[in-house]
Amino acid sequence: MSEQNVHPGMNLGYDGGEEEAEVKIFGFWAFVMSDLVTFGLVFAIFGTMAGSTAGGPGPEEVTDLTSVAIQTVLLLGSSFGFSWASLSMKYHPKSRWRTLGWLAVAATSALGFLVLEVVDFHHWTTIGAVPQRSGYLSALWALVGLHGLHVAGGLIWMAAMTGQILVFGLTDDIKSRVTRMGLYWHFLDVVWVGIFSMVFLAGVA
Amino acid sequence: MNALFGRLSWSELKLFETFTHGWSIDTLVAAGAAWAVVLGAVAVAGWLTWAGLWGRFWRDWLTSVDHKKIGIMYIVLGFVMMARGVAEGLVMRSHQATALGGGVLSEEHWAELFSTHGTIMIFFVAMPFITGFMNYLIPLQIGARDMAFPMLNQISLGLTATGAALTMISLVVGVFETGGWTAYPPFTGAAFDPGPGPDYWVWAIVLSGFGSMFSGINFAVTIYKMRAPGMTYMRMPVFTWTALCTSILLTFALPPLTVAGLMQALDRYLEFNFFTNDQGGNMMNYANLFWMFGHPEVYILVLPAYGIFSELTSTFAAKKLYGYESLVLATMSIAVISFAVWLHHFFTMGNSATVNVAFGIATMVIAVPTGVKVYVWMATLWGGRIRFTTPMYYMTGFFILFVVGGLSGIILANPAINWQVHNTQFIVAHFHNVLLPGLIFGIFAGIHIWFPKAFGFRLDERAGKITALLWIVGFCLTFLPLYVVGLMGYPRRSSAFDDPAFLPYMIVCLIGACMLAAAFTGLFVTLWISIRKRDELAVPMGDPWDGRTLEWATPAPPPHWNFAVIPHISERDAFAREKAEGRPYVLPERYVDIHLPPNTPAGMIVFVTTTAFGFAATWWIWWLAILAILVLVGWMIVHSFLDHPEVVIPAVEVRRATNVWIEAIELAGEGVTRDDEVSPKNRGYASTDMLVAS
Repeated sequence: MSEQNVHPGMNLGYDGGEEEAEVKIFGFWAFVMSDLVTFGLVFAIFGTMAGSTAGGPGPEEVTDLTSVAIQTVLLLGSSFGFSWASLSMKYHPKSRWRTLGWLAVAATSALGFLVLEVVDFHHWTTIGAVPQRSGYLSALWALVGLHGLHVAGGLIWMAAMTGQILVFGLTDDIKSRVTRMGLYWHFLDVVWVGIFSMVFLAGVA
Repeated sequence: MNALFGRLSWSELKLFETFTHGWSIDTLVAAGAAWAVVLGAVAVAGWLTWAGLWGRFWRDWLTSVDHKKIGIMYIVLGFVMMARGVAEGLVMRSHQATALGGGVLSEEHWAELFSTHGTIMIFFVAMPFITGFMNYLIPLQIGARDMAFPMLNQISLGLTATGAALTMISLVVGVFETGGWTAYPPFTGAAFDPGPGPDYWVWAIVLSGFGSMFSGINFAVTIYKMRAPGMTYMRMPVFTWTALCTSILLTFALPPLTVAGLMQALDRYLEFNFFTNDQGGNMMNYANLFWMFGHPEVYILVLPAYGIFSELTSTFAAKKLYGYESLVLATMSIAVISFAVWLHHFFTMGNSATVNVAFGIATMVIAVPTGVKVYVWMATLWGGRIRFTTPMYYMTGFFILFVVGGLSGIILANPAINWQVHNTQFIVAHFHNVLLPGLIFGIFAGIHIWFPKAFGFRLDERAGKITALLWIVGFCLTFLPLYVVGLMGYPRRSSAFDDPAFLPYMIVCLIGACMLAAAFTGLFVTLWISIRKRDELAVPMGDPWDGRTLEWATPAPPPHWNFAVIPHISERDAFAREKAEGRPYVLPERYVDIHLPPNTPAGMIVFVTTTAFGFAATWWIWWLAILAILVLVGWMIVHSFLDHPEVVIPAVEVRRATNVWIEAIELAGEGVTRDDEVSPKNRGYASTDMLVAS
């Protein structure tokens, strides 16, 4: 495979093994596309059920824009931190601590996002906005919850990767894995922007 | 409910249904089926123990990541499940022949039968068959050593087996769902069916669906990234093209099924209101999601069969494929348009006339590329040197019957007609008419073509031809009468009818079903005869049919590493050109060590944990469900920390194996001509008939 065929932007300074990394990262893009279809469908279902409140709590009751704004900042900040981790991995491959440090920033920020999200979920249950109440709330919980589960899964992945960096250092395999995790992490940001605007902002507009 | 066994109790065990529910044909069928599953499993395990084969079975098959072995295991799984599907068909036809005012089965049992029959035939027969073919053929046809992700490939097989296992378990413990293979809520919702039937269905479908999605990603990446040098897209074999389109469809069409299944699970387990009757639920969302998957699924299944028919016509007519470009374009068009026709599955469910017309037209449009393909095959056969081997028997049956099925599809695409015949036996006739001749005949033809490649000996032609004829005639008798009774107004899925005019047709159907059961048995008779005559039928040199694509340029069976050196491709049908120019089988100049992925128990771990999860979730055994997830996730994390050294095949070993093969070919002297193709002279070294390969 010639040099220009290797994935643009993925040149992370491997010592060989680009082809293998190329195949794996391309495969992960395909997975992300498939996952995006999944989110797209849940968005579509939410769209059809936006009015199905069945007399229960509606968007005005469940939307706390302050909380959602802080969550957005935290999740976008997490993505930003991850970008720095990727750059550290590329330019400072000798020092694993720099990469790990930025990964810790990304993880902490995402954890903050999850905590606030759980607080919101709890608040919804106290005002009777439980998913059993209406089709609208079912779709809301499913969409926001699906994203939250993805973030939680990503955090477990990040913990495992931290362990692997500590054990193996920044080897080619690890770099390829971190690159794929980065794709996943930024993808979740894109989905959140959709949720933020189409669920919460549009809900109270 | 108890903590240890959830809602499972002894009364759910179907083995003793004749005692607990009284003797009747109905309970006898239920208990008999349960015993068949248990005894079948015990017999296989007993045989493996008796023959001392567990170790080899584990090392050579269950933990292998070789795409060829995984492909074969998919097809074996398909046949095991097909045995059940065919048996169910026979039982259903027997019921219908007695259904004037009643029938031998209870209504519930009848409903369970048509639901499991549909679910099994689509998800656990047709899907494993096509996935198996794609697994076996893609790397060989594109000149690769394995899939892009060999371990993921094994995990996909594990997940497919999970779905199949759950439907088999439902035959012994509890019941399956009764709402058809589509399982429309609210009928399958918690309010009308507390379970466990729909729960079995949800987990069988969702878990095996993940496997199919991973297969799609894996195959697509393999075709995009692993092609041999010089194999540009327009040089790929046609089967690989159809496999690529199917892989894209798998990647994008499985998510709707997963979403529909998981929302149904949320409704059932946590009382969400996606598809319920009240509280703002909307079952039309389910219908849309299901068919957004369901229609592309039809093409997921049939496109690889089209690929097989394309390879078949050009091989057995000894001509290059007429209109390769049109065929590729037609395949791609079908893949794209297949996402725009789903609504024709529910024209009658409250859409506006405008919407119906739009989807009706799209449905007619998708028939155009399919028609293009039929002409491509006819033009390929035209003027060719056709040999009437078993695959051509299936091809002939396919040609005539599939066109009939396709035309009935065009009829159904018209919403006005669709309103008249929807939910009648006409629909049952239509989809069996496209799936059996279209897909299943293609698979069986493909097995006759590639079995010698996989196992080193041909299948017996006489037994194969008798079996093919049984399939064709049996199909006609079983399903064509349904068009007539459908037009006469016999609703599908009804357990009884009161119009005596239907009865003669149902008796013809039963005779046809018996023939199909005989045809299914015929496949195993063919296999048995062929195994006994395997020395006479052996084709170790690997090219029994004067093939055109790369897989024929390997010994039969191919070595684990497929190719001694990765071939360089300079044109389409490269192997055919080499043979025509008289320079095939050139020894490589130098050999290098070959690195292959190591065996892994990943697939089995996924299979065991997800089956445990599915069973536990169905029966509310929560501790087991949680344990299964923890074990799976924990194993994945531990696995990611371990080093997995590749298996290295030394260059010397590769050279030795290659030399043995090439020497055999050189010793053979003259290759076999097409006149002697089905005689014992055929040892797999073809003297080509193709004067001009291009």
